[in-house]
Amino acid sequence: MSDRLFVATRKGLFRLERSRGSGGRWGIAQADFLGVQVPMVLPDRRDGHVYAAVGHGHFGSKFHRSKDGGKTWEECAVPAYPPKPEGVEDSKCPARGIVIPWNLELIWGLAAGGADEAGALWCGTLPGGLFRSDDRASSWRLVQSLWDEPMRRDWFGGGMDYPGIHSICVDPRDSRHVTVGISCGGVWVTRDRGETWKVQAQGMFAEFMPPERRFEQNIQDPHCLVQCPANPEVMWVQHHNGAFRSTDGAKSWHEISTVKPSTFGFAVAVHPTNADVAWYVPAIKDEVRIPVDGKVVVARTRDGGKSFDVLRDGLPQDHAYDLTFRHALDVDLSGDRLAFGSTTGSVWTSDNQGDSWNSVSDHLPPVFCVRFA
Amino acid sequence: MVRVTFTPNLQRHVTCPPASVSGESIGEVLAEVFSSNERARGYVLDDQGGLRKHMIVFVNGRAIRDRVKLSDAVPDGAEVYVMQALSGG
Repeated sequence: MSDRLFVATRKGLFRLERSRGSGGRWGIAQADFLGVQVPMVLPDRRDGHVYAAVGHGHFGSKFHRSKDGGKTWEECAVPAYPPKPEGVEDSKCPARGIVIPWNLELIWGLAAGGADEAGALWCGTLPGGLFRSDDRASSWRLVQSLWDEPMRRDWFGGGMDYPGIHSICVDPRDSRHVTVGISCGGVWVTRDRGETWKVQAQGMFAEFMPPERRFEQNIQDPHCLVQCPANPEVMWVQHHNGAFRSTDGAKSWHEISTVKPSTFGFAVAVHPTNADVAWYVPAIKDEVRIPVDGKVVVARTRDGGKSFDVLRDGLPQDHAYDLTFRHALDVDLSGDRLAFGSTTGSVWTSDNQGDSWNSVSDHLPPVFCVRFA
Repeated sequence: MVRVTFTPNLQRHVTCPPASVSGESIGEVLAEVFSSNERARGYVLDDQGGLRKHMIVFVNGRAIRDRVKLSDAVPDGAEVYVMQALSGG
């Protein structure tokens, strides 16, 4: 099991280490970028590099890289939108009517390329651009084909002002095959490393749209999309309007209505080798957005979504208002160890697939992302 | 020549010593500063070369008006301050 966990928060990045031996305990080994937003962190299991996106309120988004597992950091290139060509008409967010800028607003998704693509990275951003690096973030290029896709003009922001790419799944069988989740723009798939794209959100539905547009694939709001590494045809989604699963590589999706105690939430994780095992962190939907009955729980299925266990051992069950954002739940390569963090600054870990949980901290800054090394 | 001074808060992230440069517009002035300090450019200007939303530039005590093309004139001998706007939390 992984003994190193990165926790990216509203006020810095924390590297957590677990002491060796039985009864090992998690502790904070190092804090970086204190006082600064860290929306995303990616420990790259291919070569041990770690990447952190940093969002300065005044000075914009920046990108940092560590070659020694998170001990020291260097600033590297940040994805930048190319100069807007003369004569190109501004596109406006269909929901808000505001102009979609040609500027990096937020780094919202980060994934390593395939095992056969040393140093390759994918980066999703607000306002909807996908970027690719082939040199460990020494340079980036906008994936122009997706940015130029005419259907992009129908994308809109969900909780954010602009649409954004937050989930990037690289097929372990074929690095050219990449699936991305967009809020609100559905699920898009490339099979040629980003040269061409196709929307594949058939079966998802959006209650936030009028009935005649409810099943439109291009306006769906998948909050988080994950792919089973050992069985990549199986993908799980926490959507704004519930949970969805695909067993045919995103060609079709079916609703999972059995998540308890609610089907709303942001995060989802899938077991690395058993595609039938997945975890959600449910909350009350829309205007409330707190845990049901003020009790923090994790919902786990072991039968492909036919049924769910509600896991609460070790989690606060009295007046707890922790919400878990879309990147703030992770499972390690063993499939037994999990971690999740909350908007209230709590971080919990489990060594038994969520049967019981231990608190690592109750007072970190609001957690955006947790990732096992 | 024009004297350009950066907010001390920027120094935590990227070294930006005061600079004496030439230029007739604020865009030309900043371009000359950043020509020898490329990393600092992205902290002050956005991807399209406009002034970042939460930054403010003063020329002889007055905030510039053209935040997109940076066309405001800068007289010889001017004092330019690159500051953070009072926003965020």
